[in-house]
Amino acid sequence: MAEKLLRIENLIKSYDNLTVLNGINLEVNQGEVVVLVGPSGCGKSTLLRCINGLEPIQNGAVRLEDEVIQHGSKNLPDLRQKIGMVFQSYELFPHLTVLENLMIAPSKVQKRKKEEIKREALELLTRVGLADKANQYPRQLSGGQKQRVAIVRALCMHPEILLFDEVTAALDPEMVREVLDVMLELAKQGRTMVIVTHEMQFARAVADRVIFLDGGKIVEEASPDEFFDAPKTERAKKFLNVFSFERVENK
Amino acid sequence: MLDLGIDVLFKGTNFLRLLGGLWVAMRISLISIALSIPLGLLTGVLMTSKSKIIRFIFRVYLEMIRIMPQLVLLFLVYFGTTRALGWNLSGEMASIIVFVLWGTAEMGDLVRGSLISVPKHQYESSEALGMTKGQTYLYIILPQTVRRLLPLSINLITRMIKTTSLVLMIGVVEMLKVAQQIIEANRMTSQNAAFGVFLVVFILYFLVCWPFSRLAGFLEKKWQG
Repeated sequence: MAEKLLRIENLIKSYDNLTVLNGINLEVNQGEVVVLVGPSGCGKSTLLRCINGLEPIQNGAVRLEDEVIQHGSKNLPDLRQKIGMVFQSYELFPHLTVLENLMIAPSKVQKRKKEEIKREALELLTRVGLADKANQYPRQLSGGQKQRVAIVRALCMHPEILLFDEVTAALDPEMVREVLDVMLELAKQGRTMVIVTHEMQFARAVADRVIFLDGGKIVEEASPDEFFDAPKTERAKKFLNVFSFERVENK
Repeated sequence: MLDLGIDVLFKGTNFLRLLGGLWVAMRISLISIALSIPLGLLTGVLMTSKSKIIRFIFRVYLEMIRIMPQLVLLFLVYFGTTRALGWNLSGEMASIIVFVLWGTAEMGDLVRGSLISVPKHQYESSEALGMTKGQTYLYIILPQTVRRLLPLSINLITRMIKTTSLVLMIGVVEMLKVAQQIIEANRMTSQNAAFGVFLVVFILYFLVCWPFSRLAGFLEKKWQG
């Protein structure tokens, strides 16, 4: 049995009276790629934010290698170094060049040597095809390029797990592919990833396990082939039908 | 040739006196600016405070200062408080008090605007990289705030310099007042002096404010996001 990296137990998250996540139990193994899908508002992005301690939770616990991740706790900055997160809106730092964006956290937080970080950053940039952009500012890049830089920025911290929050949702269709290719490559390298996405074909290609969320609960959990070919629950069927209908319509 | 009466400026020490007046104006505005900037930074941070009461107090302060014409404030401080509180206040001191009150309010509002213009996600993505709250402010938020703030505050500086032309109303002899005195004294010999002297006043204000204005424009262009 593979080592459990992330453990979520009975997580409950609510805003005032609205319960967004209602008793989530989820374990992610070392090297596993878990894809979260579900209708919008089902709580998948919130779940991701809870894993990173960006949201306070009302009940339950999130553990990374037995250390509790809790919003506002003292050791959270240390734990977050092990968790790379990529946001839908890239969130590169606009006042820094691409290279500075990549180097700031490793140098200020991890106090690593500048030359070493720079070498690594340039190597990673080359791998995602952006070596020539190192000295440009984020505003000079396209959406897809920004998102690839954001992924590299997370990688530069040597995280143990990567969280992707609808990273292609804000991109033009032709740029989606270049970002997804980077993520497929990471999956091949055996990275542990939790991905929230609306790209169903991509989900199927990249996932070891698909989690279907609806109404703040895990409704179905299956291998990608099982989930997409023969969903067990009515709600999952309905969700996938909506999607395939859209796909036919676009042809 | 058209007689602009500029020649009166070359009589005696007239031109030097005019420059002396400019120095008084610059002194008032520069001291006020030097005090307004740190106070405004503090005010701006407080204006984004989580406490509703603090935000309300500063809101009221800002609105009151903004609604009242600077001249009324000058009168209030120079004539009003000296009587009511029985203290002695030179015109220049009263001017500095008013300009600091005003500058702090305006500066505070600029700081507030710059702070809230940094999206929440910038804080989150910085913290997601393992930075502490302090590091996030120091390396991510403040540099962005300053870039937005600097051009705006430089514009405020030029506005403050120009507004010193009001302080002659409370008896401070600054450039405009000196100009009036020169024109008055030469009313008989050089009747067109008003045009020439005020023209020179205009040029002097321009020479002082223009570099600031250019600097603001340059920084804005350089940092535009």
